[in-house]
Amino acid sequence: MRIGRLMLMLGAVCVGLMPLTGATFYVQLVSKIMILAIFAMSLDLLVGSAGLVSLGHGAFFGVAGYAIALLSPKYQAASLWWTLPVVLIISAALALIVGLLVLRTSGVYFIMVTLAFGQMLYSLFHDTKLGGGSDGLYLYVRPTSSIAGYQPFDLEKPLHFFYFVFVIMLGVYVLLNRVRVSPFGHALAGLKVNEQRMRSLGFPPIPYKLGAFVLAGTLTGLAGYLAACQFGFVNPEMLSWHYSAMVLMMLILGGVARFHGAIVGAFAYVLLQEMLASQAVFGAIAKHWQLGMGVLIVLSVLLLPNGLTSLLDRLSRVRLRQNS
Amino acid sequence: MSTTHRPAKGRRDFLKAAGCLTTAALLRRGFAWAQASKIKIGLMLPYTGTYAALGSAITNGFKLTIAERGGKLGGRELEYFTVDDESDPAKAPENTNRLVQRDKVDVLIGTVHSGVALGMVKIARETGTLLIIPNAGAAAATGELCAPNIFRTSFTNWQTGYPMGKVVAERGLKNVVTITWKYAAGEESVGGFSEGLTKAGGKVVKELWVPFPQVEFQALLTQIASLKPDAVYTFFAGAGAVKFVKDFAAAGLKAKIPLFGSGFLTDGVLEAQGEAAQGLETTLHYGDGIDTPRNKAFRDSYAKAYKSEADVYAVQGYDTGLLLGVGLDAVRGDVSKKHELIAMLEKARIDSPRGAWTLSRAHNPIQDIYLRKVVGTQNKVIGVAHKSLEDPAHGCNMKKT
Amino acid sequence: MSGSLEFLVQLLNGIQYGLLLFLLASGLSLIFGIMGVLNLAHGSFYMVGAYLAFWLARDIGNIWLAIPIELAMVLLIGVILESALFSRLYHRDHLQQVLLSFGLILIFEELRSIFFGDDVHGVPVPPLLRSSIPLTGTLSYPVYRLFISGACLVVAGLMYLVIQKTRVGMMIRAGSTNREMVQSLGINIKLIYRWVFAVGVTLAALAGMIAAPISSVYPGMGSQILIICFVVVVVGGIGSIKGAMISALTIGIVDTLGQVLLPEFSGAAVYLLMAVILLWWPQGLFRVA
Repeated sequence: MRIGRLMLMLGAVCVGLMPLTGATFYVQLVSKIMILAIFAMSLDLLVGSAGLVSLGHGAFFGVAGYAIALLSPKYQAASLWWTLPVVLIISAALALIVGLLVLRTSGVYFIMVTLAFGQMLYSLFHDTKLGGGSDGLYLYVRPTSSIAGYQPFDLEKPLHFFYFVFVIMLGVYVLLNRVRVSPFGHALAGLKVNEQRMRSLGFPPIPYKLGAFVLAGTLTGLAGYLAACQFGFVNPEMLSWHYSAMVLMMLILGGVARFHGAIVGAFAYVLLQEMLASQAVFGAIAKHWQLGMGVLIVLSVLLLPNGLTSLLDRLSRVRLRQNS
Repeated sequence: MSTTHRPAKGRRDFLKAAGCLTTAALLRRGFAWAQASKIKIGLMLPYTGTYAALGSAITNGFKLTIAERGGKLGGRELEYFTVDDESDPAKAPENTNRLVQRDKVDVLIGTVHSGVALGMVKIARETGTLLIIPNAGAAAATGELCAPNIFRTSFTNWQTGYPMGKVVAERGLKNVVTITWKYAAGEESVGGFSEGLTKAGGKVVKELWVPFPQVEFQALLTQIASLKPDAVYTFFAGAGAVKFVKDFAAAGLKAKIPLFGSGFLTDGVLEAQGEAAQGLETTLHYGDGIDTPRNKAFRDSYAKAYKSEADVYAVQGYDTGLLLGVGLDAVRGDVSKKHELIAMLEKARIDSPRGAWTLSRAHNPIQDIYLRKVVGTQNKVIGVAHKSLEDPAHGCNMKKT
Repeated sequence: MSGSLEFLVQLLNGIQYGLLLFLLASGLSLIFGIMGVLNLAHGSFYMVGAYLAFWLARDIGNIWLAIPIELAMVLLIGVILESALFSRLYHRDHLQQVLLSFGLILIFEELRSIFFGDDVHGVPVPPLLRSSIPLTGTLSYPVYRLFISGACLVVAGLMYLVIQKTRVGMMIRAGSTNREMVQSLGINIKLIYRWVFAVGVTLAALAGMIAAPISSVYPGMGSQILIICFVVVVVGGIGSIKGAMISALTIGIVDTLGQVLLPEFSGAAVYLLMAVILLWWPQGLFRVA
């Protein structure tokens, strides 16, 4: 396993040092990927740890984005230190309400009900004046981190924003891993495998699943907040099932069982997309990059059902055998 | 011969290699320098979806101007970076960013969909890149969000709807129902029409909305029939326009209730609409049969180059080339001279196929709005609905430099 | 036009939309119910049907000849896809089915882009059905829409006959309740699955074909209709054709009336309906045992 962990740490260092190359476009791209990685990790808590596949998770992402866009005054910066907690609380509350309702179903019906809630919120934002309709809403100035005049960092600068997101991503990773090995996490794992048995052991499923749902929703809200800040723009598509399915794709690409799978998956998916769509590499067929993407997805489901990180495991196992 | 010679040979080889590499590096820089003399144009337009035909027409019009000037503007050649915006506001900031940050374009040209254009406007304001809008009529681009580096060669949605209000009211059709897509362009077009209508003594009985880009109108057509208004005003464009006009006729409404619209309802789509569009009257800043030598020459060369009829979108693309040409010629192709370039653009008087026009202080065309009627496969100009109409540019605080 | 007449016409609009949804959803319900496969690419077959109609109407001209040819083509595609891809997923979890079919959606969209381009196209109504029936002084009802409703009812009737009254139907019904038992009785369940899949997607393509003249063909049309389709299937109860019919009609009417009465909330209304129904009947209205 040590080889795998070494590679991951190397990857983290590479990402952390990436801004030194200077190209602003790529710094912004990696920031975007890291935000998606946070989204993917929190979804992994539901899908991987609790076995709940949600196609409506984008709702929390989008609602949080709209929340910060609506909370910010039009041409001024809102304060980071109160808007972020408020948005997180809103996400948690929404997750609590939705969770209480959807967790009454299970299996494929759970997938459908989460889809329904996601689309319902999407329709609300798309069709009504609530958030600027189908054209979306703009966030003209990013939240400021200043407290009483002192500004520790300026989110308007791509570099500062990059490291802000980087630190948060690592924080979320550590937090989720802690949760996984905690008693709560173990109970979730047990419920995923055999709910009946866990119930007979005195573990009622709903509180645990609800807890996971709320935590996942809150962390996704965090990702939504950051996403709104990054491009200064929110629109109903963030809430659509397409977006949720895309993030699920990242999970299966990276590997559902582990949280670094989500991070690897996010990087793999976006970088693949950039490469396939790049005219520099593929010229005229770059226009049809979705074809290549679709084929890759089909192949990865058929051949790599446990994602890229399973390759990592195989690699470490091989090395181990060689050494002994 | 023996080992004593080797280090010397090695050193010579090394020097040779170093020399080669240095020369190559210098030469590459030299080539790069030669490359840099091309002006980078970023084209962000829809090439898929309901507005695909519009994106192509604008591109064709623009490239026609360039071809007419021998492929150069301001003495320099152009290098194009194209992005298909899919008329999707969700991806607008990202796509624009790609052109501005990664490809480092000097000039941004785009787009058709108003929501997408607002994304481009935002990035243009933040980065100061010169942006010319060849279609999108969102009022904010030359209103609330106006900026020195943002220009428009097309129209505002208000401009194309307002004159029709007066036309309709003056015919004694006072009670009107409006129907359009619920997004910026639709809302503003209907808003302009309502303003013109109420000023002339009419009234909007009901406003009907369709989510963009849906084209299923059956339920709303039934509702229009039951409301029995004097007239219907609509804004749809592209494939939506085709469907609406055909459905309106198929529901038997065409014969009973007069339909009016801004010109996009019938521009570029007449062939697809066929019989259903005959006799429809619309207002727009362009029309077929504008009997000037300038228009005739333009239409001929467009038809020769692209084997299809020019429409308002092609004219807008063409005028974008003209406007950019005026500016770049004045600064001899030196895009870094932003201030001068902008000053020249503001003063420009464009001799366009639609008629001559100048820019308002908010950088939007001041132009004649024609009244047109569909006859055969043409939008024949039957009069001028409003002369030299200037968009009020609410909220624009820019002073003319 | 009086209020009650308008209401009736809107009801007619809603029923027509609902019947079309039924045609689309019935295929999905069969595949889902009998094989347990969650196929997100079902909407793509709707799009395939529509584009084929556009293509063949343009090149062959005679739409009555075109339809059987198109149906045969889609049947073949369905058989190939099932044997090559979906048959491997029967024992895998839903997440992988969702993702594989999502990948298929992307592939279908791009193939459509390569073969047919990205413009929106209209499909002409067949000359025979081009007239409109005047209903009131101002409103006429297009005959073609009545044709669509009629066609859907015919297909519904055929489906009912096949599933309830034939041996094949009996095998299908048995296979949905107990796969192993059916296999041990010597019936080739694999073959049944293959054909159920192929017929299911062909029904989707048929829906696309007959709807094309009124909906236009455009990129992304499959994804749009897919969600509503899933809502219909889940509300009706997975695997139940009767449920699919009732829920399709309900949703068609709710959506149509919603557009008129509460235009801003009509989109959300359908999902709200689904959420409410599922919370009280977690397995749909007419769940199959």
